[in-house]
Amino acid sequence: MINLQIKENPEEYDAIIVGSGAGGGMAGYILAHAGQKVLMLEAGPYFDPAKDALQLRWPWESPRRGASTTRPFGDFDAAFGGWQLNGEPYTKVAGTDFEWFRARMLGGRTNHWGRISLRMGPEDFKPKDGVTDAWPITYDEVKPFYDRVDRLVGIYGTVEGIPNEPDGIFLKPPKPRLNELYITKGARKAGVTVIPGRGSVLTEALPGNKDRGVCFYCGQCGRSCKVYGDFSSSSCLVFPAMKTGNLTLVDNAMVREVLTNDEGLAVGVSYVNTTDMQEYTVKGKAVILGASACESARIMLNSKSSVHPAGVGNSSGLVGKYLHDSTGASLSGFLPQLMERKRYNEDGVGSVHIYSPWWLDNKNLSFPRGYHIEYGGGLHMPSYGFLNWVPEVNNHAAGATGQAKEKGGYGLGLKQDYRNFYGANIGMAGRGTALARKDNYCEIDPNRVDKFGIPVLRFHYKWANEEIAQAKHMQETFQSIMHEMGAVITSQIPGKDSLYGLEAPGKIIHEGGTTRMGDDPKKSVLNKWGQAHDCKNLFVVDAGPFVQQGDKNLTWTILALSMRTSEYILNQKTQLNS
Amino acid sequence: MNRRDTLKALGFLAAGSGIIANSCNNKKIDTAKLKLADKLPGVQDFEHARNIQITEQTFFSKHEFATITLLVDFIIPKDDISGSASEAGVPDFIEFMVKDLPEGQIPMRGGLKWLDVRSQKKYNNVFIECKQEEQFALLDEIAYPSKANPEVQQGVAFFTLLRNLTASGFFTSQMGVKDIGYVGNIPGVWNGVPQDVLKEHGFDLEGVI
Repeated sequence: MINLQIKENPEEYDAIIVGSGAGGGMAGYILAHAGQKVLMLEAGPYFDPAKDALQLRWPWESPRRGASTTRPFGDFDAAFGGWQLNGEPYTKVAGTDFEWFRARMLGGRTNHWGRISLRMGPEDFKPKDGVTDAWPITYDEVKPFYDRVDRLVGIYGTVEGIPNEPDGIFLKPPKPRLNELYITKGARKAGVTVIPGRGSVLTEALPGNKDRGVCFYCGQCGRSCKVYGDFSSSSCLVFPAMKTGNLTLVDNAMVREVLTNDEGLAVGVSYVNTTDMQEYTVKGKAVILGASACESARIMLNSKSSVHPAGVGNSSGLVGKYLHDSTGASLSGFLPQLMERKRYNEDGVGSVHIYSPWWLDNKNLSFPRGYHIEYGGGLHMPSYGFLNWVPEVNNHAAGATGQAKEKGGYGLGLKQDYRNFYGANIGMAGRGTALARKDNYCEIDPNRVDKFGIPVLRFHYKWANEEIAQAKHMQETFQSIMHEMGAVITSQIPGKDSLYGLEAPGKIIHEGGTTRMGDDPKKSVLNKWGQAHDCKNLFVVDAGPFVQQGDKNLTWTILALSMRTSEYILNQKTQLNS
Repeated sequence: MNRRDTLKALGFLAAGSGIIANSCNNKKIDTAKLKLADKLPGVQDFEHARNIQITEQTFFSKHEFATITLLVDFIIPKDDISGSASEAGVPDFIEFMVKDLPEGQIPMRGGLKWLDVRSQKKYNNVFIECKQEEQFALLDEIAYPSKANPEVQQGVAFFTLLRNLTASGFFTSQMGVKDIGYVGNIPGVWNGVPQDVLKEHGFDLEGVI
């Protein structure tokens, strides 16, 4: 029999960080800059946007012209991974659904994310709806960290003074595109608020930062940025942390479990090198999980010992519970006013130029909380399938002699139709608060392991009436905005049978809640600092600690909370040493 | 870094000048002859290996490929602005796509056969051997979904698939991108909608946002 040799690294690090995305990256940045010796483990390969971004590539440089065969968001998108990873399955309880998106690479999903950077507001931390749970912390406690993230990373936007949509320290926002002017006008007529977008893209030089370039408006943030003009964890956090000399990065390191001692404290982690399948253990005075809400929960549940029989940090039995994504639904159309448009470069930034923060009072609605709306459309770079909608609607274009036209066709007339309709399309997508519920969860599948022999996750997630009602409301809003703009709706308007277009749980890639924080160790996994109640040197810094997301995309809050947790770790160490 | 440094870092700013140097690397990728050397940085090894493997296989027969070549030029013919779909390499693109997304193989192969059978029944010839007015007549049956006869529904579905593939292939080629007038993908500054366009659309006086 071949002996499975485990290689032990004798060095004891001050902290081991699992994961290099927003949460792990920020923890690495803060701790390394404070002089802590940090080991960062990333399950995927090294990735530097400066070298590896497929930014500024043309569609014909992809043999599939950007189609989404091997990457769910297209050939140029900067996410190595997707809904399914070869050899790393997950399962679902029959009758439930969850789509789990994983990016295995340095920086994780921050390489391709939408850069939409919204703060949660006072009522997101302390809801007044009587349905959703309150956090153990207030907006005012998090605000100083949001402010520091704004200054450290950079964000554009405008000061609006909307009560539950807190303002930040903003760079100038990009001006709206033509379709966005029409949308703004139509939405306001429909009673929907529209304000300039908020995104982590450097529309101006970031004061005090010499390492990052300024946005040059290619609109391709999703491909990651060669001049570090937007936020990726690698370019903004991990590389600067490595430059201190205090952070060591090990890539292709898939963590198996957190190792604990007889007192139940974390002493390190074990991992497998995904390229040569060798086993390793490393030692640390603290272990910080930032592997993604579900992956961190998986690691904790798989870290069983006599002190932690249900998995480390899981004496409450709540690790994996309260899993929630955002709700999402969308509608597409085109604006006849934009047909035969003049051509010019309107690539703009790759994040949103405008958006609609939640604008209603819930008192008269059948669901708590709300959603925001993101808008799309314009003269974008051609890619696979981008004109498929034209033959479905080209009966709206007058024929050569002014007579009514049929949909479809071929030949010179069709070729001209493609030109006439290009850039006239518009889209809108709602992103809303999904409720954190105990009975939506991930757990360890008792029967399955992945190719590394690590037990895999099994998901159990169902939408409830509140989320379906929210999607219905989205569709009504979208139609009313389309109507006020004079747009033609091109997508099928989804009805009750398709849950009003409500995307499957997980599809919005805002997983959170699996290691929720709280003051009561029986009702939460972590305390309000992101520290495990039953393992004092174990911390979680991804979206696992979220008690309940708002409708705000969660990255900015992950960054703020990870910064807060990291400084708590430093304070604890100072107190121990004094 | 300021914007000048940014452009310099990208190699877009010629040393000592303020002029944006001739942009982008316009090297054409010939999808029919993809070689390992063409691997772009940031493309994963398994993706590139897959691309190579796909280009080494042939799916369509000579007859099928000839039919596709004829059909895509019916869909997007040459005009004063640009060339035809086949001149832009669309048949090779379609050959690649049915291997890349194999769910398209039966609809394409079967659809081509359906068209030949229909053509044989009506005109005693396979499609490519028919006279041009016969070919037009066959396409007119299946190119307009809302007025098509229920008995040719399968033909309509085939033609819709082929039309979408043709438009994808053509308008993402160098020729097609130029034709449709996409002028982005180059470093610059976005200062909002040009004044003349604002005026044309009545936004010059409104000051929205």
